[in-house]
Amino acid sequence: MDSTTIIAVASIITAGITTGIGSMMPAIGEGRAVSTALDSIAQQPDAAPTITRTLFVGLAMIESTAIYCFVLSMILIFANPFWNHFIAP
Amino acid sequence: MRLSPDQLIFWEYGFININLTIVITWLLMALLAGGSWIITRKLDSEIKTTRWQSILEMLVLLMRDQIKEVGLKQPRKYMPFIATLFIFIVVANLLSIIPWYEPPTASLSTTTALALCVFISVPFFGIAEDGLRGYLRSYLQPNFIMLPFNIISEVSRTLALAVRLFGNMMSGGLIVTVLLSIAPFFFPIIMSALGMLTGVIQAYIFAILATVYITAATQDAQQKKNKNLKSTQHG
Repeated sequence: MDSTTIIAVASIITAGITTGIGSMMPAIGEGRAVSTALDSIAQQPDAAPTITRTLFVGLAMIESTAIYCFVLSMILIFANPFWNHFIAP
Repeated sequence: MRLSPDQLIFWEYGFININLTIVITWLLMALLAGGSWIITRKLDSEIKTTRWQSILEMLVLLMRDQIKEVGLKQPRKYMPFIATLFIFIVVANLLSIIPWYEPPTASLSTTTALALCVFISVPFFGIAEDGLRGYLRSYLQPNFIMLPFNIISEVSRTLALAVRLFGNMMSGGLIVTVLLSIAPFFFPIIMSALGMLTGVIQAYIFAILATVYITAATQDAQQKKNKNLKSTQHG
């Protein structure tokens, strides 16, 4: 295998693994956060606006790790710098 | 496949170019500014108002209450900045139901510009509220060991703001494009509806996070003022 093939194989496999792990772990975290928030709202319905707002901000924070992984795998597939380096004459 | 609207270039001269992002952003700015001007040209305080005025009043009151709930006691001072961010991102994301429209927020340059606005506004409001010394002292909280971490967090949260909005909007467009080639009949509609929901939530999160950051920078001064107020009331 020449170096271009190795880079392509490594990039594609890594992109898949990145998106896989990067969507599993934040999903677990977000599920825990939402279930805890629902418990709290069920116990104290008066505090629902505060809990909802804090939940949204927290979910955005957790979600951003998943987005980082997604952006990284997009870079690996569509804008791979190493690939461009070897393809360029 | 085009990843971002940056890659469609209409006009280029040297390193200056005019791409789809810039064109759409200017059109949006014209739409928002012109629309607001037309609506607010004849405001009245009668019982019966025009429907557009009612929409704007609802929006402004809602945003004012949200900003107040986060902890900024004088929302009027911060409304112009935060509300402008929110309205721009919401309109930019929601207009994606129009065919051939591409949201400018799906380009990293737009979201970086918005995040840089937040990055600059935090010390601006912090110094305006607290004075230069007071603001710089907030970097030394709780003690001076935390100084590098405070500076890192300042930079990394700006990066996170930019990449979060960009990633969400780009992935929405990308999923619709991929589904169009796999199952073109029904699923793209569902996913673009989901994309609009994501757009509104991301705009809300962007505005709320900007509010939270500004609150954190101005909180010390507000607490001090409250303490002084209380001591003068009791004394």
